[in-house]
Order: sequence, then C-alpha cells, then structure tokens
Amino acid sequence: MTSPHLPVLMVVLPLMSAPFCAVMRRGLPAWSLALVVTWTSFALALAVLTQVLDHGTIIYSIGDWAAPWGIEYRIDRIGAFMAVIVSGIGALSLAYSRRSIAHEIGVRRRPLFYTMFLLSLAGLLGISVTGDAFNLFVFLEISSLSSYVLISLASDRRALTAAYRYLIMGTIGATFYIIGVGLMYMMTGTLNLADLAARVPEVAGTRTILVALGFLTVGISLKLALFPLHTWLPNAYAFAPSVVTVFLASTATKVAIYVLLRILFTVFGKADVIHAQEIGDVLMVLALLAMFVASLVAIFQDNVKRLLAFSSLAQVGYMILGVSMATATGISAGIIHLFNHAIMKGALFMAVGCVFMRTGSVRVEAFAGLGRAMPVTMAAFVVGGLSLIGVPATVGFISKWTLIQAALETGAWPLAVLILLSSLLAIVYVWKVVEVAYFQPLPSYRGDVREAPLSMVLPMWFLAGCSIYFGIDAATTLGIARDAAAALLGNGP
Amino acid sequence: MSPETAMLLAMALPLVGAAGIQLAGPWPNLREAVTLLTATATFLLVVQVLPSVAAGARPEATLFQMLPGLSIAFRVEPLGMIFALIASFLWIVTSVYSIGYMRGHHEENQTRFYTFFAVAIASALGIAFAGNMLTLFLFYEVLTVSTFPLVTHHGTEEARRSGRTYLGILLGTSICFQLFAIIWTWTLTGTLDFTDGGILEGRASALVIGVLFALYVYGIGKAALMPFHRWLPAAMVAPTPVSALLHAVAVVKAGVFTVLKVTVYVFGIDLLRTVGGSEWLQYMAAATIVIASLVAMGKDNLKARLAYSTISQLSYIVLGATLVTSWSVVGAGMHIAMHAFGKITLFFCAGAILVASHKTEISDMRGLGRAMPFTMAAFLIGSLSLIGLPPMGGLWSKWYLALGALEADKMFFVGVLMLSSLLNVAYLLPIPLRGFFAAPPEPEPAADGQDEGDHGHAPAPADGIREAPLACLIAIAITVTGSVVLFFYPDPLFDLMRQVVSPH
Repeated sequence: MTSPHLPVLMVVLPLMSAPFCAVMRRGLPAWSLALVVTWTSFALALAVLTQVLDHGTIIYSIGDWAAPWGIEYRIDRIGAFMAVIVSGIGALSLAYSRRSIAHEIGVRRRPLFYTMFLLSLAGLLGISVTGDAFNLFVFLEISSLSSYVLISLASDRRALTAAYRYLIMGTIGATFYIIGVGLMYMMTGTLNLADLAARVPEVAGTRTILVALGFLTVGISLKLALFPLHTWLPNAYAFAPSVVTVFLASTATKVAIYVLLRILFTVFGKADVIHAQEIGDVLMVLALLAMFVASLVAIFQDNVKRLLAFSSLAQVGYMILGVSMATATGISAGIIHLFNHAIMKGALFMAVGCVFMRTGSVRVEAFAGLGRAMPVTMAAFVVGGLSLIGVPATVGFISKWTLIQAALETGAWPLAVLILLSSLLAIVYVWKVVEVAYFQPLPSYRGDVREAPLSMVLPMWFLAGCSIYFGIDAATTLGIARDAAAALLGNGP
Repeated sequence: MSPETAMLLAMALPLVGAAGIQLAGPWPNLREAVTLLTATATFLLVVQVLPSVAAGARPEATLFQMLPGLSIAFRVEPLGMIFALIASFLWIVTSVYSIGYMRGHHEENQTRFYTFFAVAIASALGIAFAGNMLTLFLFYEVLTVSTFPLVTHHGTEEARRSGRTYLGILLGTSICFQLFAIIWTWTLTGTLDFTDGGILEGRASALVIGVLFALYVYGIGKAALMPFHRWLPAAMVAPTPVSALLHAVAVVKAGVFTVLKVTVYVFGIDLLRTVGGSEWLQYMAAATIVIASLVAMGKDNLKARLAYSTISQLSYIVLGATLVTSWSVVGAGMHIAMHAFGKITLFFCAGAILVASHKTEISDMRGLGRAMPFTMAAFLIGSLSLIGLPPMGGLWSKWYLALGALEADKMFFVGVLMLSSLLNVAYLLPIPLRGFFAAPPEPEPAADGQDEGDHGHAPAPADGIREAPLACLIAIAITVTGSVVLFFYPDPLFDLMRQVVSPH
C-alpha cells in the first residue's frame, strides 16, 4: 500500500464512520462497523510508518491547497509512531470493548459509545499527523469533547462529576493553547508548524512570543496532566467505563506529550527555549514532583483504577523528565516510554476491566483470591505490574535504562538516583494488589467468579505479550525513538 | 553436539521441563518423572560443555539485540562452568529429595512448586553462562521473581511478610545500586561484555572505580553482605528443598558468583588491586563473617541458624573477591562448590528431621541421633566440611582463602578465617553431638497419638529408629559423598579456577 492518500484516510475513515454508528439502534452492528474501521486505521498507520521509515517525511496538502493557505499534513517518524500507538491501542480496546461494554453500558447508549470512540480516535490520530497549529486545535477539541462524553457514559453517577471536571479543566487547557496559537499568529503571520519554526527565531526574544510560549506550555501541560495540573485525571480514569480508561490512559495523555514535543522542539527548536527560557528546569522539577508525589499517593489508594491512574501521573513524570533533559537520549527516553507505557498500562487497565466484569468492583479487596479464580487475568496484571516496576525483560526496563543513561550522560547522577528511588515506590503499590490477589482467599460469596471471556483476555494478553516482547527485543522501537528524537533536535534523517 | 548447542539447550531445557510439569500436574508420578528426567538431561548437557571449557575454549552465542549495541549473549568461562555444574547437578539431587519431602510432609500446590523450581534453575544457568552484564542482570531478576512463589509457598501471613522482605531487599538493591552501576559502566565504557582483565582500565578515576565497585557489591543483594542480608533468614519460611537448593546453592551462589564475575571480568583483578577500591569492603565482609556467626549461635531454630551460617559463609567468597589476589579468587571460586555441598547436606538433614520427627528447634533435638542416626551422622559430616576439617572439601577453599590473605599481606583476615572456623565449631557441632550423646527428653504421652492422627505415621517405639523417607536419605547420601570426594579430587575445580586468575 503506497497510495499517497494513506495519511488522510487514516483520519477521515473513523471521522466519517462515526455518524453511521450514531444512527444505528443496536450495539452489535455499530461495534462491527467500528471494529472494521479501527483495524483498517491501524493497518493504514502501520503502512504510513513503514513508508516514513523508508522514504522520510510525508507531506500531504488537504484538497491540494498549498501550505500557507491550505492545511498541510506533515508526518515524520514521531508522528507516524504516535499514529501507530493510538490506532493500535484503539483497535485492541475496541476488540475488548464488546463484552465489557455489554456489561457496563445500557443497550440504548451503546451505539453512542462507538460513535464517540471513533471520533476520539479520529481526533487523536489527526493530532499526530497534522502540520498546522490551528488544525491541531480542532483535532484536540474533537478528541477531548468526545472523551468527556465517553467518561460520562459509565453507569456510576460519579462519572458525571468526573467528566464535568475534566470538561472544565480540558477547556481551560484548550483555551490556553488557542490563545498561544493566536499570539504566535500575530507575530509570525502563519499557522503552519514548519513555517512557524522558520519564523520564530526572528521574533524569539519578544514578550509576545514569550507569553505565547507560556500559554502553550501551560495549556498542553493541563492536557497531559503534568503535576500539579493533573487534578482532573484520577477521577476521570477511576469512574470511566473500563474500556474508556484503557483507551484514554494509553493514548490521550501520550498525544498531549507529543504536542508538547512538537511545540518545544519543532516550533521553538531553533530558538532553543528549553535552555534559554529555563523551561527545561521548570519541567524537570515538576516531573520529579510528579514521580514522587503521585507514586506516594498511589500507594494509599484503595481503588485499583485510581491507584493505576496515579501511577500514570508518575509515569508522565518520567516522560517529561526525559524531555526536559533536551538531549537526544533524554528525548528518546521520553518517546520510548510513550510507547512502552501505553502497552503496559493498557494491559493493566484491561485486567482491571476483566476483574470489574466478574466481581463488580475495582477495590483492592475485590481482588482477593483472584490469583486462583482468574489466573490468566491476574498473570497479565503481574506482567504489567512488573513492567511498571521496571524488571528486566519487560518494556519498563527499557524505558528506565534509557532514562538513566540519559541522566548519566549529562552527568546528572542525582537524577539517576531519584529515578531509581521512585521506581521502588512502584514495587509497593503494585505488590499491594498482587499480594491480595494471591494470598487472600476468595470470599465465599464470590464463589462463582470465573475467568473473563476470551474476547477480553486475548487483547489483554496481546498487550502483556508485547510488553515482554518489546522488553527483550527493543532494538527496533528504541531505534525509531532515537531517530525521532534526533529529528526533533534538528539533526536527524 | 557442539558445546554452543549444549549450552543453549541446557538453559532451554528446564523451561521446557517447566511446561511439561504443568501439563503433567494431575498425575504426580508422571510429573516427578518429568522433573527427574529434565534435571538429569540438563546436567548431562552442562557436562557436554565442560571438556571444551577445560581445554581453554569459550563457547559463545549471541541471541538478539535487546538494546541498540547490547545483546543477549552467552559465553562460558571456567567460573560460570563451575556454577552451572553445581547448580544442575544438585538440582537432580534436590529433586529426589523433594519427592520424599513434599510427599512426606503433605505439601500442597506441588505442581506450582516443581514448575517454578525448574524456572529458577533455568535462570541460574542463564546467570552462569551470561556473556555480558545485561544478560546476567536479566536472569538475576528473573531468578528473584521466579523464586518468590517458592518462598511464599505456604501462603500464610508469615510467608507473605517474608515474601515482602525477600522481594523488597532483592529487587530494591538490584534496582537501586546494581542497575545504576551497570548503566554507569555502560556510559563509561560503551560495553558490558565480560572480558579477561576487565573493561574499566583507563576509563574511570580511582574514586569512580571505588564507588562503582561498592555499588556492585551491595547491589548484588543475593550475596547477602550485611546490612542487606535480612532476606535470607526471611526466605527460610519456604519448604526445606527450596531453602536447600535455592538459598544454600542457586540463589545465594548466583549472588557471590556475580560478585566474583564482576570483580574478575568487569574490573579486573589487577586494576582493583592497583586502585585499592575494594579495601574497606574486605572489612565489611570480615564483619559479616563474624557477626553472622555470632547471630547464628543465638538461634534455636535450626533453619534460622543455618541461614545465618550461610550469610557468614557467603562473605568468605566476598572476602576472597575483595582481597583481589590470585589465591583468594581461586579460594572464593572453590568455596562456591565446597559450601554448596556442605550446606545443602545440612539443609537436607534439617528437612529430614522436620519430616520424620516434626522438630524445628535445636533444643528439642537432644538424643535425636538414636531415632535418626543416619541423618545426624550426615549432619556431622556436613558440619565438618563447613568448619574446614579434613577429610572434607571445605578444607581446600579455606586453605586458598587464607593463602590469598597472606598473599595480600593481611594477617588480620587469616585471623578472621580462623576465628570463624572456631565459631562454626561452636554453633554447628553441638547439634549432632547432643543428638548422639545427650539423653532424649521425656516423651510426652500424647505425642505419638497426635502424630498418628495428623500425619498417619505408624507409631514407633520411643527408642527405635525412625528415619526420613528413603528418597530424602538417598539425596543426603549423595551430597555427603560429594563433600568427601571434593576433598580427594579438588583438582578439576582447582584447574578451572587457575584459568580464571591467569588466563592463557
């Protein structure tokens, strides 16, 4: 497949199919359509990635309108890599969703779920491939608005307040972003990211650009849940339907980090703001705080979904820490962890979804005795948990290795020590759940708990398997991450 | 079969065996047959590798790249050969013993037990054959995780607490110190391959080398150097075969083996001796030797006493590594083998006593020699080997360690070794001696009846012989013989270790 229209198809397909799902009355046909669409998108994303790896950046003008007037898609390595992560997780969670949704969402709302899911996917894919700052805003809003709806679909009424809170915070973030883009447009007269990159250095020192940078950074940091702008995330993840948590945790914050990379390195790369304006230092401090504070809070959670949500905040800290070093190894550590964390957290949240389906609860007590009652699910949970800790032969190890190497290369050995110390906290919160699952007996009133259905177990184990496979054979993924980092720093292929 | 193939198969086979054990789970006899067959075949494969390594060849294999520039690779050198031979041979013996023990003691979840045991052996062999530090670290961590279900086998509250200590210390030290040291080495040198003469020469200042060495030695928590030794007594909550093979042989020896390997092949003996970065660690090792022996004396629980004795003996090897003389390294390498045979005998005996008489406390074992003469005699012989008396193998390793201390011109450590021998006498010998010569405590009237009810043993007369299951006794006989044989024929071991300290 080398049609020049692949990049746009990957986004347009889910966007256009979403309304069809909306008009369907029942869940099954909507699910079937969405399944075909997401897997096609995934295949397209893989095709685009191979094309980019072989032939370099793809530039595609929407409707054949040339760049300054029309919208341009510009897909380089990191963009294509993001698209693969997003569509891959999307495809797997959709396969997983049918039984899980049947259990958690009422019949009449199911087509709506698939509609919103496709819209969210289209938005996130759009962000990964677009080369236009305003178009990026549009996709950001598509994905955010649909994810507010996705969260509120849960039967738990607390999901409504969680979604509302996310709506408020998310909208503030998006507003900040668009204010930043407006200021940039004022100073440079362009919205195209590549053009912005070329023109920013001339005006880099002006106060307007600095203010724009501030707005952009804060706005995006809200979206990626950087400590202390994270308050929307724990409840949103905890009360959303299981499959929504899987999808959002593995993609939404990751895509926001990608946007941050784009702004800091593609747009402001030549102005070197990360050093000149001390943004790197600010991000580093916040990242370290996230790693420790969120991990500590995670230890004290009784709700496993919330526990994993706080762990996600800590992991976002690792990614931002890598980015804040602004070296090739540091950024590649951030990028590789985007991918690695997506697959391990996906597997973990899928396991929690299976447990919720069988026991009706995601509290730590509900895991009692599941080591025997649901051995396959709990084994996947253990694999994901070991990966969070960073045990070798899991993807978490690869991330940690690269991140520590980045710290040592810059001579910042205290950072390396802090990274290692914080991963000890992960042992505590992971093992807390594992111990309950394997050492406490199954309560008698849960005697009928059995293994989750195959359609949920297979995607879960696919991700768990990936988090082992890419932990043993990381040369490919790390290679992509390194090239992408080099390209972001302006000295790559 | 080429040595390369034999090496790879030896690591793969226990994993295949583990799958086989799972499948054969419902049929205990078939399951045990799979274990024994796998163990024997694995040992034979390891033996296949021996001739070429003894002749000076270094079989190598690279599987694939894990990180750019860093592969999962294997390379057998003499030290690893020794460790692999011991681990795989004693796996057979322990399997025989386990069958008697697990059945005699009516343990549950035996399939899980044998499965994880096989996985642990596979990782121990992976550690032995690792060709670079990354591969070694990978298997080191797999060994930690795969032994966790064995330590917590009983699933009780105590097992859970011990499991926490076990995992917390082993994972914590390895992540915080060892991984840090490995990545640091990698950024300094750009390689992690085990190389004759080390890889750090000329790459780092004396200070950095000293700090790195300390990070490695403390990061290898399995070597149980104080103050990171607490996991070992905690692990004693496991069934005795686990304590015997894993916590007297595979796991702890993986630790001290790694210390030796890092000393010889990452730093290089000459480099360490010139920069002197290991000197203060000699005193830490000496302190561990003495303190652990003193603690052992105060323990009434037999397994706890043996655990502290293990901590003390492991530091012999750490001391040998940190003295960094040729003789001390030879002694350290030989002590891996000598201590393995001696200590596994003692643990086997402890388990046999538990199965046959349900006794765990030393104070209850007076006069036990009359009921279990064979076990107690074996205990005596094992103790003699640990003390280092002829005609037991333990003599040789202590001999070379002392020679090493003299070579380094440090009489102090010769004194420490002698003191430790005396302490060994004090805490080990009373057990068999009291077993044989002290009068047994007055039998409690209810004891036999209760015994029968709980475990279905035939009631025996108070002064009759009541030994452990035959399978246990066979295993004990083999390891005792091993200790004696190693006294008369230490040459193969010695020759292999000579290759380590003076390559080519």
